[in-house]
Amino acid sequence: MQITIDEAKCCGAGQCVLVAPEVFDQRDEDGIVVLLDASPAAAQHAAVREAATICPAAAIQVRQ
Amino acid sequence: MTAARHRIAVVGAAAAGLAAAEALRRLGWDGVITLVGDEPRPPYDRPPLSKQVLSGAWEPERTTLRDTSQLAALDLDLRLGTRAVAYDPVERTLTLDGDRGDVLRCAGVIAATGVTPRTLPGTDGLRGVHVLRTLDDALALRRRLAVPGRRLAVVGSGVLGAEAAAVARALGHHVELIGSQATPMERVLGREVGELLAEVHRAHGVALRPGRAATGVRAESGRATGVVLTDGTVVEADDVLLAVGSVPAVDWLRGPGAEAAGVDLSDGLGCDEFCAAAEGLYGAGDVARWYHPVLRRHLRVEHRMNAGEQGLAAARNLLAELDPERFGERRPFAPVPYFWSDQYDLKLQAYGVLAGAERTEVLQLGKDPLRLAALYGTSGHATGALAIGLTPRQARSLRGLVATPADWAQARARLAEAVDA
Repeated sequence: MQITIDEAKCCGAGQCVLVAPEVFDQRDEDGIVVLLDASPAAAQHAAVREAATICPAAAIQVRQ
Repeated sequence: MTAARHRIAVVGAAAAGLAAAEALRRLGWDGVITLVGDEPRPPYDRPPLSKQVLSGAWEPERTTLRDTSQLAALDLDLRLGTRAVAYDPVERTLTLDGDRGDVLRCAGVIAATGVTPRTLPGTDGLRGVHVLRTLDDALALRRRLAVPGRRLAVVGSGVLGAEAAAVARALGHHVELIGSQATPMERVLGREVGELLAEVHRAHGVALRPGRAATGVRAESGRATGVVLTDGTVVEADDVLLAVGSVPAVDWLRGPGAEAAGVDLSDGLGCDEFCAAAEGLYGAGDVARWYHPVLRRHLRVEHRMNAGEQGLAAARNLLAELDPERFGERRPFAPVPYFWSDQYDLKLQAYGVLAGAERTEVLQLGKDPLRLAALYGTSGHATGALAIGLTPRQARSLRGLVATPADWAQARARLAEAVDA
């Protein structure tokens, strides 16, 4: 799995951090997403896909 | 199994429909997935329409949700520029318009047709009258705003109207924000926060006309020249944006089949806690009014995050209904709703249910009146929380406060703790 994020799209909702805290974090100053792990282990895949689906700004793209 | 049992149709190809189609494939549905969208464009994202697209910061392509190769990988029977005209939940037949006028037998259907903007009587076909739902709507208004110094009257001061007013004002246009509410977004944010927001708009030079409903649009030679208010006042305008709410797009679901199956279409598609409206028929996104098992009431949420979340839930539960041995049991859909709004450099973030609150309490976080946390609720329980100007960590922590309806005093104490932390 390969994750890419589009910082310019991110609206700072933080929903990805709530769903997959081992993969996503937010910058303290503006809440923009920080990708902690661009190719996480299989155990994280379901959470990452959920994060991509619910991201209200469509800022997370996941490719296999 | 007959061939008919191998098709799931997802009607509506925006965020909710796309999420459902992707989830069906990912969860292992190996039959046909027909994705029907009435617009000719591939799935795109709507929140930027009243923000980056309207302002001109983004070209329209930037809103595209999946590129060609990502869509191809889903192996969809993709029907764009096609409208569903009927669905019979008893026969499980979906009728499409277009050249082929197909009647498709389906194992199941996910309805994700969204909403249609309301307008004012007599405004059909008038030049200079806009709504803002589709990319074409946004581009039409953007073209008008490309010429400096326009007078734009925004009718409706909810989220959409307030965001569009902010964008148009930032582009230097003369903007009037007309709304029957006493402040922008009053119905969602309450009077106290609404007043703060009103002050922000005034400070940026938007002329507010609160507490005024519009009865129609004045026009000359087929072009809008102003908005007529209930007291007869006319607000002069070159362009008029109607942001006066929307109607769930359910006409295609009406018919004897829906009646026989007991489908409730009184406000959107009535669904149970599993997002099911009838056997084999599920709803997702703006169109779906479902029973929230934790809040113990029906909700219909017109926010972007719910579209993705409910598309996923509806897909999972439809599969579980069709083949529980393979896909497991259905799960109740009990999200904590979330929405955000950008106006000027202000970001509002809200968790849970705020609209219709009987009680609101605002905690100011210092001298800046635009750093605040607020609690919303009814009958002694907190059901919603709002963050403006909080740190990301503080804002995220508000979700937990309202994930289940909490005793007001407890929630109030936890809120104070969260923002002091």
